[in-house]
Amino acid sequence: MGHVPLSWYLILSVILFALGVAGFVYRKSVITVFLSIELMLNAVNLSFVAFSYQMHRIDGHIYSFFVMVVAAAEAAVGLAIILTIFKNRGTLQIDEVDSMKL
Amino acid sequence: MVDTVLFIICAIVAIVCGFNVVLQRHPISSALSLIGVMSSLAVLYLLLGAEFIAMAQMIVYGGAVMVLFTFVIMLLNAGTEKASSKSWFAQIAGLPLLLAFVGVLAFLIRAVLPPLAAVAFGSWVGGTAEHIGQLLFTTYLLPFEVISVLILIAILGAVALAQKEID
Repeated sequence: MGHVPLSWYLILSVILFALGVAGFVYRKSVITVFLSIELMLNAVNLSFVAFSYQMHRIDGHIYSFFVMVVAAAEAAVGLAIILTIFKNRGTLQIDEVDSMKL
Repeated sequence: MVDTVLFIICAIVAIVCGFNVVLQRHPISSALSLIGVMSSLAVLYLLLGAEFIAMAQMIVYGGAVMVLFTFVIMLLNAGTEKASSKSWFAQIAGLPLLLAFVGVLAFLIRAVLPPLAAVAFGSWVGGTAEHIGQLLFTTYLLPFEVISVLILIAILGAVALAQKEID
């Protein structure tokens, strides 16, 4: 007692990832879909850090740092795309932006 | 004992805020809930001995990225999303498949992985800025430089996209 098993951290990571997948698939607002992607990235970061603790190596920390950097870059470009879509279409619903649909 | 209590509090906050991200109808509520998830994850990183990553999580994610999100949401004056029809497959099979995914992964974590360590706060302090910096500028020097180029490309891309007129 007093120590938390590492598997609890991994299961928390799984739950957060599943929530992100649910938001990504079910939501219709572009911004909420994007927020769900960030949730999934955070969940994966948690498992990186947890496994890093298990191995007592900090390579996992470096990977999660890189994930953060890529997420920041992705947020900048993605939000610029959302701004452009809104400027041209006047909507944020993903099922109304369907000009690439066959 | 304090470890367990802190973990349980932060895990509950993270899961509740995670549900909130998915269930709220208004994007700004989702974004604020996501900040809650990120803050509680930062506490969990501290418990795992990842000091640098915890601070980077708060500054880069909780600060920079989420400010960008809330800024765009308020700039676009995004209202509540309209409910629209979902496919019958998603309505019937979505939730069971998701629960099965969580169940299978939880089972694999308990059954297949080799014996996992118990986390005690302070028993391993490898994630300070000193250690991270040393590894980042020796072994991972090339990825670090490549990622700086990636950031530069992202900045240019964001500027180019934001001022582009598409018919």
